[in-house]
Amino acid sequence: MYAFEFHRPTSLRQAANLLAKAEDGRVLAGGQSLLPMMKLRLASPGTVIDLGGVPGMTGIERKGRSLVIGAMTRHAEVENSPVVKEAIPALAHLVSVLGDPAVRNRGTIGGSLANNDPSADYPAACLALGATIVTNRRRIAADEFFQGVFTTALEEGEIIVKVSFPVPSRAGYEKFRHPASRFALAGVFVAKRGGEVRVAVTGAGDSGVFRWEAAETALQGRFVPKSLDGLKPSTDGMNSDIHADAAYRAHLVAVMARRAVEKALRR
Amino acid sequence: MTTVSLTVNGQSVTKDIDPRTLLVQLLREHLRLTGTHVGCDTSQCGACVVHVNGVSVKSCTMLAAQCEGAFVTTIEGIAEGGRLHPMQEAFREHHGLQCGYCTPGMIMSAIDIVNRKGTALDEATVRHELEGNICRCTGYHNIVKAVIAGAEAMGGGMRQAAE
Repeated sequence: MYAFEFHRPTSLRQAANLLAKAEDGRVLAGGQSLLPMMKLRLASPGTVIDLGGVPGMTGIERKGRSLVIGAMTRHAEVENSPVVKEAIPALAHLVSVLGDPAVRNRGTIGGSLANNDPSADYPAACLALGATIVTNRRRIAADEFFQGVFTTALEEGEIIVKVSFPVPSRAGYEKFRHPASRFALAGVFVAKRGGEVRVAVTGAGDSGVFRWEAAETALQGRFVPKSLDGLKPSTDGMNSDIHADAAYRAHLVAVMARRAVEKALRR
Repeated sequence: MTTVSLTVNGQSVTKDIDPRTLLVQLLREHLRLTGTHVGCDTSQCGACVVHVNGVSVKSCTMLAAQCEGAFVTTIEGIAEGGRLHPMQEAFREHHGLQCGYCTPGMIMSAIDIVNRKGTALDEATVRHELEGNICRCTGYHNIVKAVIAGAEAMGGGMRQAAE
């Protein structure tokens, strides 16, 4: 990787100041996406600001009807948290099929969201659950946060502090994993809260995570797998690469969506 | 340059390093602990797994500078008083290696599995939990046997078997 200046601030304010001052600065959370990208020279920040020394950015808490997770909370903590398993078991499951144990010991929710990899898992959960991403400046609704491949609503100098998930009545996540990279070829998160159903798809769309509205409408009628019979997303806008073409990904989305609903009902 | 202070296998270490130094480079090139291997260098293969603050990490995907104040354990640090760690012993006993390149990472991951899942492991659990460690000799069968036996031994099972 290219040379960079390294800072390890001890407060969020200090981190934000460093980020604002730095030309071409990047925040380092768990480093499981940023470091590989830097090693491949796909990213070459002039300044790296490590959040590892900033207190108060980890933790999992049930606050009324919401589950709040600190941005620097590691995947392994979310996976094994009794609070998460009780409030949103689908979220604990999602994290358990992400990467491998050593990656989950380092990777963080904030890092995953800020990176917005088109095949990452957390964006699907945030979008389907209608999460709120809280930064050092403001609160951003998931619907506004994800803006395309590796692109988010985060502005210069903005740092994710925590994520708040409204607790759904039912939720399920199913993913077809690429066997080597473990990223989603297609992953579908379904969530039902009150009368509202949301279906978010990751790994399949060529502009990143998206909501599959036709499936949402169908499931709003009756929240059962059968409601999705004959339904398949359009191949327009589906990603096509050496691993799977657009038609196959569209097919996978339909299958994963049914399985996610089955799973959501099993609880 | 930046300075990092950490504890490696029980010994305090302070080094001036280029910030882009990876943990695995600090271990291998600065501290000459070459038991930790670099396989893929893309956080897929697990040959570089060490423990940082008691949990497994891929040391090719962590900056040494991120280890400020951390406790790092490598494959060199698990034997005690000239006696192999029970997991190392199990890998020898069950021939859980062919070329041996992936073995340090396999053993560090295996100990992490026991720390998380306990000493009574079944084959399916071990195979699933080892998904981040790749053996290109395809010697998984004996590796899985070794991990199950090593886990048992860590729980005191081996002594029972010997008696």
